[in-house]
Amino acid sequence: MIGLVVVPTPTWYLVLSAVLFSIGAVGVLVRRNPLVMFMCIELMLNAVNLTFVTVGRAMSDIDGQAIVFFVMVVAAAEVVVGLGIIVSIMRRRSGVNVDDLSELKG
Amino acid sequence: MELFVFVCSSIMVLVGALGVIFRKHPVHAALSLVLTLFGVAVQFVSQSAEFLAAVQVIVYAGAIVILFLFVIMLLGVDRAEDLQIEPLTGQRWIAGVVGLGMVGLLTAAVVSGSDALRLRGAGIADPVAGENADANIQQLANSIFSDYVFAFEITSVLLVVAVVGTVLLARRRTGKGMA
Repeated sequence: MIGLVVVPTPTWYLVLSAVLFSIGAVGVLVRRNPLVMFMCIELMLNAVNLTFVTVGRAMSDIDGQAIVFFVMVVAAAEVVVGLGIIVSIMRRRSGVNVDDLSELKG
Repeated sequence: MELFVFVCSSIMVLVGALGVIFRKHPVHAALSLVLTLFGVAVQFVSQSAEFLAAVQVIVYAGAIVILFLFVIMLLGVDRAEDLQIEPLTGQRWIAGVVGLGMVGLLTAAVVSGSDALRLRGAGIADPVAGENADANIQQLANSIFSDYVFAFEITSVLLVVAVVGTVLLARRRTGKGMA
């Protein structure tokens, strides 16, 4: 056992969630499969949830956890609607590439 | 001990997140997402948010990822994507630079703003230290059902709208009368 005991501070958690958010953002930018892009959006939402819990604990306030609860509900609704849209788009075409979905381009 | 838990769960989170964006196969990406979600749940527990950790495992790792897998299998898109093809030239490099810049900016903001975290609430119950094992759930319920009860009611409307909208979107149109 090393004599120095290091306890992770809130900053560590916040830096971790910053890295997680950035990985999710890069995934949205580079991937072409709409399902994987959705998963990357989930990564970003989780990073924000982790930030809320960490800051709520650092400020000793339960409201952070209450907000995370609502974020989870909204994320569940968002996934349901998003996957419904993806299913109804993919039923009309075979490919799974967001670059092909350009009918709305002017 | 908390350091050990933090390091292990951070490795889970980061390996899973990198797996989501680098695995070719969508099913593998979904399973990597499960790893990340479990890691975040572990960090919730170590920050004394036990209820949210349970909800995270049930709702995210359970329901949402199962929904993803259902859609992957329903659409038959479970074939590997060729990541070698780069549709827009130079896009990967620019995305990598943007990601690194985002990490740098957010880290700088967090480190410089860490003094702003001051106590302002009534305190969060720590069931590990305290004698009441349900303290976290009781505290969260007191907050949601008193301060945020209106938002909670709106949430139910949101869920109903989402379910009805999805049924309408995913329905096959049979008759002519349905617009």
